[in-house]
Amino acid sequence: MSQINSPAELDAFRKGILAKRDPETPCISICAGAGCIASGADEVIAAFEAEIGAQGLAANVVTKGTGCPGFCERGPIVVIYPEEICYLGVTAEDVPEIITETIKEKRVVDRLLFEDPATGEKAVHESDIPFYRNQERNVICNNIKIDSKSIDDYLALDGYSALAKALTGMTDEEVLEEVKKSNLRGRGGAGFPAGIKWEGSRNAAEKTKYVIVNADEGDPGAFMDRALLEGNPHSILEGLIIGGYAIGAHEGYIYVRQEYPLAVENITLAIEQAGAYGLIGKNILGSGFDFKVIVHQGAGAFVCGESTALMTALEGRVGEPRPKYVRSNIKGLWNRPSVLNNVETWANVPLIINKGADWFTQIGTEGSKGTKIFSLVGKINNTGLVEVPMGISLKDIIFKIGGGIPNGKAFKAVQTGGPSGGCIPADQLDLEVGFDELTRAGSMMGSGGMIVMDEDTCMVDVARYFINFLTDESCGKCVPCREGLRQMHKILTDITEGNGKEGDIERLEQLAEAAREASLCALGKSAPNPFFSTLRYFRDEYEAHIREKRCPALSCKELIAYYIDPDKCRACMICARKCPVNAIEGGKKTIHVVDQEKCTRCGTCFEVCPARFNAVTKISGQPVPAPIPVKERTISRKSK
Amino acid sequence: MSDFHLEIDGNKVGVKEGETILEAAQQAGIYIPTLCHHEKLEPFGGCRMCIVEVESRGRTKLVVSCVYPAEAGLVVRTRSEKIDRIRKTILELLMAHAPDSPPLVALAKEYGANKDQFEKESSFCIHCGLCVRYCEEVKKNYAVGFVDRGVRKEISFIPEIAAKVCNDCKECFPLCPTSYLQATFVLTESLAFPTVP
Amino acid sequence: MDIDRIDQIIDRHQCEASSLIQILLDIQSENHWLSKEALTRVGEKLQVPFTRIQHIATFYKAFSLVPKGRHEVHICVGTACHVRGATRILDTVKDVTGIMPGETDMDLKFSLETVNCLGCCALGPVVEIDGKVHGKMSPGETADVLKNYE
Ligand SMILES: Cc1cc2nc3c(=O)[nH]c(=O)nc-3n(C[C@H](O)[C@H](O)[C@H](O)COP(=O)(O)O)c2cc1C
Ligand code: SF4
Ligand code: SF4
Ligand code: FES
Repeated sequence: MSQINSPAELDAFRKGILAKRDPETPCISICAGAGCIASGADEVIAAFEAEIGAQGLAANVVTKGTGCPGFCERGPIVVIYPEEICYLGVTAEDVPEIITETIKEKRVVDRLLFEDPATGEKAVHESDIPFYRNQERNVICNNIKIDSKSIDDYLALDGYSALAKALTGMTDEEVLEEVKKSNLRGRGGAGFPAGIKWEGSRNAAEKTKYVIVNADEGDPGAFMDRALLEGNPHSILEGLIIGGYAIGAHEGYIYVRQEYPLAVENITLAIEQAGAYGLIGKNILGSGFDFKVIVHQGAGAFVCGESTALMTALEGRVGEPRPKYVRSNIKGLWNRPSVLNNVETWANVPLIINKGADWFTQIGTEGSKGTKIFSLVGKINNTGLVEVPMGISLKDIIFKIGGGIPNGKAFKAVQTGGPSGGCIPADQLDLEVGFDELTRAGSMMGSGGMIVMDEDTCMVDVARYFINFLTDESCGKCVPCREGLRQMHKILTDITEGNGKEGDIERLEQLAEAAREASLCALGKSAPNPFFSTLRYFRDEYEAHIREKRCPALSCKELIAYYIDPDKCRACMICARKCPVNAIEGGKKTIHVVDQEKCTRCGTCFEVCPARFNAVTKISGQPVPAPIPVKERTISRKSK
Repeated sequence: MSDFHLEIDGNKVGVKEGETILEAAQQAGIYIPTLCHHEKLEPFGGCRMCIVEVESRGRTKLVVSCVYPAEAGLVVRTRSEKIDRIRKTILELLMAHAPDSPPLVALAKEYGANKDQFEKESSFCIHCGLCVRYCEEVKKNYAVGFVDRGVRKEISFIPEIAAKVCNDCKECFPLCPTSYLQATFVLTESLAFPTVP
Repeated sequence: MDIDRIDQIIDRHQCEASSLIQILLDIQSENHWLSKEALTRVGEKLQVPFTRIQHIATFYKAFSLVPKGRHEVHICVGTACHVRGATRILDTVKDVTGIMPGETDMDLKFSLETVNCLGCCALGPVVEIDGKVHGKMSPGETADVLKNYE
């Protein structure tokens, strides 16, 4: 392939790609994102290829492994174009039927469609499914349409047209102004306005500058950056090059965690492809602008998502944050001006350039513009990635899109903002989602993790979990974080294990204040948030653990016991068979009893006891009733 | 000769471009407690004891004085209820490691820190990094370094190097606020060169 | 891993000290652990003090200074998996294998690690063994799956 040397050539090339593609040719898009692969997407793709070959259709049908469209709960997902028929939970066995029915006969396979659990209605198209219908998908929408390894697919969907527009139709200053006007705020952490950060670097005296993509995505339970990088890597590259142009940087870095091998592979390939087309390199599109991109893999340290630690890691050193009080957009990588933005922030840039800041600012609230991708996980029916306009209520996300809480349980809280975010309780479900709104509620936007918790989730345990995570990930450089979190973790563990004492809450508050006020970097400064927010909304749970040795959510292992209600046990023997440590005594027609000494509280019996008997219960904060005497255990079944 | 002035605890103090608040205070004879600072070494900002309150352009914030550059017109307070409370917590956290360290005991008295506030830890090291940084920055011997991260972070001598250089140097020993450093070296030495029975 | 291979990897990164982490990652992914010889060699070639290499090799989670077992078991303890019971899965694996996270058993059969998010939250709790993801696991199923490995 020869280089593309001007916007006109880019247009011609794009037309060439489109001309070769008949829009009526059936195209089968199969999600090859991590979630769907784990549910067997690989086998489905192989089955499609085999079946298409076997039926002699290879010349007439296109198959694509695409990025994640977000509905991971129901994967593997298959969408068939041009009709846009959406099949969920597809297995290799379904493939011959799809080929015969849908591809050849143009008939829909009913049983693979989405069925509304409430109305029983089927949805043929993606856009008819409530999960999608209530979203506004601007950034992630192309994931399912693009073969994530094909630059031509990206070009066919107008890819790199924003770059052409910026480089040859706008001055660097105009690009900056457009981004500033859009009020695009960072999608990775603090929500800092991107345009202002860019301007600082642009105006810095030092000539050599850098632009950097933060693809460290360390928040457990968040995978939107991964989906974008794996599914649509060119959109991030395009944003990055435009950013480089705006601030005068000729080198870009992508810091991506090595735990995401497919993301590393796809972005590396994308850079090669863009280089081969002349969209990266010298004199891009004849504009005279040069730009190169380097991929750097993170070696597994959450703190390296922090801007100064990330830059230290890029320099090949231990990822400890820098103590300096100079912003990294002035003195960052190699002490030079460096603009660091999150994956999703960069992916928004081409949209803003193409459609304009005015379009962008129509979406969202006063302080938060555009859409945001959230990863909706935990105790929720529709786990997955959702892209929504800022300003949507938590309730709409969780109930309209997420489909509510499974198994008829009650919603308790939603945790946003990653490990150092906070929990928002049920009475604030009407909260509008935005940077400032979430901060006011004691949480934060963070990178967009949204973990839903139900009545079975213990909020003290949630705080312990996050503090444990952060203790493990603290770099260890400064005392309030390293030592403070260590002690907080010990106290919280004591509380959840029934060893809490009076004064523990106050000592936690003392430690939390020191960490928040005196830590060196934002990891330590925000680490106490999960404690503060759970204490603010669920103080009674802390007190129950400490004073009554009771876990109100019946979740803390050391504070609960499993007990079989002798009146309800029907001696079906399932629990006794499943118990991994043989702690359940019983037999045919004999009421079962848990040996509390042997029980490890794994909860297996509770789960396997058939719902119609519902004999296993959890007890906390009170003694377990004595087992009924052996001679009373026989069940005499009434004969019919 | 000073380039500009700032105010520390109500005193007008002259400073030169590039100096930190701590340096400015020290020259003016105003005491700020430090644990990880050493004038021959790059600022580390690890212990956070030297935290102070600064007021600039109408906003107050807490910063560590050993790193924060002195600016013209800055108003600095080296003590307040909040600062004292944070220093007390830091001391109590460190005394979980080194309850008998002389500098910690002295500071604990000043700030009312209770050495038994938190559960004791097995390692005496308070991770001030003085030994590591001195060996690296001043002596350029690289005989001692940090390993691991977070709560598992420890110092570690490289036996091959330590065997060659440490016995003749030992300059880091007196820097250590605890008794840990020397003990670790002795251990390394004995492991690297077990005396033949 | 022999010195020549290590040198090749270093050369691929133009012997740049800033590529230190990338070089160690390459060695780790080929060899599955970093021997002292490998670290020393990298230090010599890049002229980086050993103290710094040692800190890097112990700071980042991706590196291992001991040989790994034949099967690498990763238990996701990300938030989504946690609220869906990952702790119980981890306890089961600890019981079955007799090792703690970060350890390898005496027969070099299993290495156990906890990981923070595998990006398959819809399938939580998740166990990954040698790169294959097992979703929606229960303690019982986990014990059964582990039996399939030799
Ligand atoms: C401990 C810590 C971890 C972070 N991890 C990430 C991350 O994984 N991805 C990310 O984009 N930002 C992360 N951030 C935020 C970054 O420091 C930085 O604010 C962000 O990348 C800037 O980009 P944005 O303005 O586009 O959000 C982290 C911050 C801290 C303190
Ligand atoms: S706050 Fe924590 S992570 Fe940040 S520098 Fe201090 S010890 Fe390291
Ligand atoms: S051994 Fe002593 S000098 Fe070295 S880091 Fe620990 S406390 Fe500081
Ligand atoms: S002396 Fe300033 S942080 Fe230690």
